[in-house]
Amino acid sequence: MASWDWQVFCKETTSGEQVASCFGKGGDITYLNWLFSAWGWTLSVAVLALVVALAVGSLMGILRTTPDKRLVFIGNAWTELFRNIPLLVQVFLWYHVLPALFKPLQAFPSFVLVVFALGFFTSARISEQVKAGIQALPRGQRYAGLAMGLTLPQTYRYVLLPMAFRIVIPPLTSESMNIIKNSSVAFAVSIAELTMFAMQAGEETSRNVEMYLAVTGLYFISAFTINRLALVIEDRVRVPGMIGSK
Amino acid sequence: MKKSFVALAILSLLSMGAAQADTLAKIKAAKSATMGVRESSGALSFTLGDGKYAGFHVEVCQKVLADVQKKLGLPSLEVKYQAVTSQNRIPLVQNGTVDIECGSTTNNAARQKDVSFAVTTYVEEVRIAVKANSGITSINQLNGKNVATTTGTTSVQHLRKHERAAGVDFKEVFGKDHADSFLLLDTGRADAFVMDGQILAGNIAKAKNPADFRIVGEVLSVEPIAIMIRKDDAAFKTAVDDSIKAMMKSGDLAKLYDKWFVQPIPPANTRVGLPASDATKAAWATPNDKPLEDYAKK
Repeated sequence: MASWDWQVFCKETTSGEQVASCFGKGGDITYLNWLFSAWGWTLSVAVLALVVALAVGSLMGILRTTPDKRLVFIGNAWTELFRNIPLLVQVFLWYHVLPALFKPLQAFPSFVLVVFALGFFTSARISEQVKAGIQALPRGQRYAGLAMGLTLPQTYRYVLLPMAFRIVIPPLTSESMNIIKNSSVAFAVSIAELTMFAMQAGEETSRNVEMYLAVTGLYFISAFTINRLALVIEDRVRVPGMIGSK
Repeated sequence: MKKSFVALAILSLLSMGAAQADTLAKIKAAKSATMGVRESSGALSFTLGDGKYAGFHVEVCQKVLADVQKKLGLPSLEVKYQAVTSQNRIPLVQNGTVDIECGSTTNNAARQKDVSFAVTTYVEEVRIAVKANSGITSINQLNGKNVATTTGTTSVQHLRKHERAAGVDFKEVFGKDHADSFLLLDTGRADAFVMDGQILAGNIAKAKNPADFRIVGEVLSVEPIAIMIRKDDAAFKTAVDDSIKAMMKSGDLAKLYDKWFVQPIPPANTRVGLPASDATKAAWATPNDKPLEDYAKK
């Protein structure tokens, strides 16, 4: 078995020389600099896509539980559309096909396009979970809210959603972790994220194993941090005596 | 107890890599050899679909293996094809999955620590492809432009060196494979595509409108491309080298080159249109397995 060579991360990317501090100065960048920059891209794509996914997914999930048939149809159509096309295909559609049809989209950087692709894909899954959360509540709660004279939006805002969101925190945590891992598809549209870094730096340095191990570690740390954060949130918002609490 | 068993299992797994040092004996015993091939390495090595592979290096290797079969006195030799990628080609040669890799591997000093190379059969020149109407004719005009290259190749390193020397500042865009990088150029997301000359020529030949593209500018780097074999297997290296040297001497190699790089080739019957460069001819005239670093010095 080949011996480890972790010093490879201290190499300058152009000249291949070792840099004493492992971080390049001025215009120089080492593989370690590049690794952190790639991690930044991965997190940016994942976090922004998560924001899009939570916003759109919640909206669509709520629409699917309303009494209005047209709104239910919109929510269902959205969910089925984005849930039934493979993620990689969606990314290519956003990147290659849509800009060819709608010229203004060409001005958007690939970063924005991949955030929407990943965000909409995940929104379909979140919509399904939000819907399940709302439907898990006894039907009487909705009627009670309406009987008290609250409008439908008010019933959602003050009665249904506060409980439904507490119930779906665990599956939402899984989705948030998935989005970190799914962000690796951004590599396919030329985002300089971790997976691309592993392939490119591995080839440049001939130290594939070290590069992949480092990238694996960073993916794990990112996903695990989200997991712990979600646990803290779940703990903080817990209401004693309610469904979902201990 | 359990721990030591796991450790043993891992150790035995790791030592598999070093298990087969004598490729000739292995081929003789198995009556088969495994050739490592690429899905799309230009005219050097590519797939025709349906598990069939073709290309300049693939045909060279078929002739080499035929010579090996003669040398071993085998009545028949089954040649198996195994598709490899930039990432897995070296591990697969090391662990014995692939006996002879016939793709587009650059012979460099870093790789020579892990594997061995046959004599150089092709010398690649890294060039720039641009749209014909872009007006770009030199690397210095790439200032502020998007430059595409393919993930998992070393071409961009040469460009970075030039970037620094010439004070040119450009943005790197990585395509996931050669076809994707070319699409970046085609759709205008990149202004130039930096890659091995034969890959550029091959992609342009396959484009909807080949006249829209042009290969321009100075040669960024010269890279010896060679057939890859396991390290520390002198007998097999001699057999492969002798076979290739004989082809160089007889002119068969030049004929093969002409067949793949000048004449129309499958699957679409297009021409790469890239006659042998002086550097390639020099490598045929004086067979050697010098790494990339020796070329760079000049």
